[in-house]
Amino acid sequence: MLDFPLWKKISLWAITLAAVFAALPSLITTTGAEWPDALPEPTVNLGLDLAGGSHLLLEAESEEVAAQRLENMEEAVRSAMRQAEPRIRIGDISTANGRLSFMLDDPADIDRARGILEPMMQGPNLVREWDLRVVDTQRMVLIPTQGGTANAVNDAMESATEVVRRRIDELGTREPTIIRQGDTRIVVQVPGLEDPEALKNLLGQTAQLEFKLVDEAALPTNVQAGIAPPGSQIFPFAAGSDFEGQSVAVKRLGGIRGDSLTGAQSGIDPQTNENVVNIQFDQQGGQKFAQLSTRNVGKQFAIILDGEVLSTPVFREPILGGAAQISGSFTADSANNLAISLRSGALPVPLTVIEERTVSAELGKDSIERGLLAMLIGSLAVIALMIATYGRFGIYATIALVFNVLMLLGIMAVLNTTLTLPGIAGFVLTIGAAVDANVLINERIREERKRGRRVVAAVENGYAEASRAIYDANITNFIAGVLLFLFGTGPVRGFAVVLVIGLFTSVFTAVTLTRMWVADYLRAKRPTDINV
Amino acid sequence: MKLLKLVPDETNIKFLKYRMPFFVLSLVLIIGSWVAVLTQGLNYGVDFAGGQEVRMTFEQQEEAPVADLRRLVEGLGYGSPVVQEFGAPNVVSIRVPLPAEAEETPGAATEIGERVITLIESEYPSVRTDGNETVSGKVAGEFRQDAVIALLLAMLGVAMYIWIRFEWQFGVGALFALLHDVSVALGIFAIFQLEFSLQIIAAILAIIGYSLNDTIVVYDRIRENLKKYRKMPLPELLDLSVNETLARTVMTSLTLLVALLPLLLFGPASLFGLVLAITAGLFIGTYSSVYLAAPMLIWMGVTSDSFVPRETEADRQEKKALGQL
Repeated sequence: MLDFPLWKKISLWAITLAAVFAALPSLITTTGAEWPDALPEPTVNLGLDLAGGSHLLLEAESEEVAAQRLENMEEAVRSAMRQAEPRIRIGDISTANGRLSFMLDDPADIDRARGILEPMMQGPNLVREWDLRVVDTQRMVLIPTQGGTANAVNDAMESATEVVRRRIDELGTREPTIIRQGDTRIVVQVPGLEDPEALKNLLGQTAQLEFKLVDEAALPTNVQAGIAPPGSQIFPFAAGSDFEGQSVAVKRLGGIRGDSLTGAQSGIDPQTNENVVNIQFDQQGGQKFAQLSTRNVGKQFAIILDGEVLSTPVFREPILGGAAQISGSFTADSANNLAISLRSGALPVPLTVIEERTVSAELGKDSIERGLLAMLIGSLAVIALMIATYGRFGIYATIALVFNVLMLLGIMAVLNTTLTLPGIAGFVLTIGAAVDANVLINERIREERKRGRRVVAAVENGYAEASRAIYDANITNFIAGVLLFLFGTGPVRGFAVVLVIGLFTSVFTAVTLTRMWVADYLRAKRPTDINV
Repeated sequence: MKLLKLVPDETNIKFLKYRMPFFVLSLVLIIGSWVAVLTQGLNYGVDFAGGQEVRMTFEQQEEAPVADLRRLVEGLGYGSPVVQEFGAPNVVSIRVPLPAEAEETPGAATEIGERVITLIESEYPSVRTDGNETVSGKVAGEFRQDAVIALLLAMLGVAMYIWIRFEWQFGVGALFALLHDVSVALGIFAIFQLEFSLQIIAAILAIIGYSLNDTIVVYDRIRENLKKYRKMPLPELLDLSVNETLARTVMTSLTLLVALLPLLLFGPASLFGLVLAITAGLFIGTYSSVYLAAPMLIWMGVTSDSFVPRETEADRQEKKALGQL
């Protein structure tokens, strides 16, 4: 037990010093000094509760994705049937209950229709995204498959994450963390951001811009009563717009979406002095817009943003240049926000903030200072108690304790883990656990001496007998710590990380390192009695 | 140098003489805790209840206008807020629980948070907002579920380990001691209506870890003594084991206490609940190791034979064969 060949000593010291060296950048940067650029720089990340910043958890309304998909399919089916040679006539189209169903006017068309639709049921990678059924010989029903919906939600989340990233980048904040979590969630962490209001406004805006023709045939009384004519739907006017509180009926199909933009800038209309957003369509979008405006000169259309009508201007002439201006009682801020949102693309699915945690940098700094102060006082008290109780062996335990804290910090830096406020409490508990190992060992040595064993045998036995309980206790703590990590979130995870890494460093320093030092002492001095 | 000895060399305290009264006390504590939890309920913080909590500092005032704030936020119509001093007289935490009807609305908590902050900032322009947390009903429900799973799995997981390393009686004894510790910790939070947050789950898991540490040290000594003193009656042997590890128990508890106290007194205010729970757990855990985990072994019939390899059918056959020869 007390035999330490040279290679073993060298490797123990190498491990210790490597871990301590890894802790240096973190230690030096906390004092505010510069760390030389040439050297590697793994530092412990400070959690938002210590560094200050905002944490947002966003959730997508995945039902919206399914609804959108159904609508797209309806449009695709209509146009495919229209373009068939000869044209296949269909009617009684419904998208109720999450499925698309329609009647063929002529049951004889059934095989042709099936032939056209079949390829549309398949997604990429041969995944079947829709089930096609025929009911009562002439009604066709398209049901989205689970896999198809899951794919669509996944795609929507991928692009939503990208859009979120672009919007946050537009704000010019530094080093945001944006990651997908689970099926329908996105975590956004922005260090240093203390007022997340602007960010939330930006992310809360889906920025689905639509241009749809106003159904001029709709009876105003019906529209106000919420009864839409066939083929139309009713949208309310946005708050702050000229007709706030009223609604308008627009044609469901045949409009265009504003998701194919190459640019969007906020500005002021020189004639009306109003805040406006100028948009430029890309080539394809520009052509569609030109077509729409050419075909409908003199007709009224609605500019719809996220399900609310901003304004209902009239196409005075064909708009061919691919540029358009949106007005609708914007403030300078809201026009700017909309421009950012449109530039970064529409969110394919609306996002809601379901969890928000913001901590000011000042509070974080205060927490670190108080935490460090408490740790320092606590450590000094522990050290005093250990040395008073175990003398030389207490000094070994103390040195091990210092290495323990440094190694823990170093390993956390190398693994790039995050130190949170509860993590500071984890440090204190780790100190406790490490000291417990030394207490167990030293008490055992005392006992063995009392039973009359000679010094070397007593120390050997002390380490051997105490180690059993130390390992058992650490393994059970490891089990509890891992479970805490798996089921905990945010700051609590930080606590688990410190606890688990601390188990390894404390066994290493409190058991292995002290044994090496004690062995050195016994070999060098060959004491016949030890004061423990 | 004369070294400090907290516990005299030879102690012979009859810890287990009063094991029955203490066992009854433990049962009363467990049952009482659950009665408190079920009747009073836990004072869930935003993590588990949903809603919003904001921390504000009134920099130009000695004391935060607690009563005014309560009236002000109550005027928003989300029910009565919890307004508490937080670490200093001019720092407050204002908590607005999520109204029951808003449980299902994902964005409700965030909206409440925005309105509360805007209102207070407009009424007290010099106030500084230090931190804000909002949690929707759905997320809070997930946190509650995860917390229960984590606690149950941790207790079962470590009990299984002890069963494997020792004997089944030890596993059951440890599990029962843990059940006691967790129950009493929950009971304290229910009786004093301390805010129960995610951090407290971390604290309870730390208590489980610490209490088990103690139990293992005592069990390890019991196992050793069972092999050493084959003829000693079990109660006597348990007393001996507890006495032999007493110096270690006292020393470890004391060091952990001196490490935790500064954190409790000078540490960040947001860590107070966590550190308080762990400190309370220190006493609960030490008590349960001695008065629950150890005597349970008597009642479950641990004997000195428990660690002697049991005679298997094959052994008997072998003996028989040898005897016939």
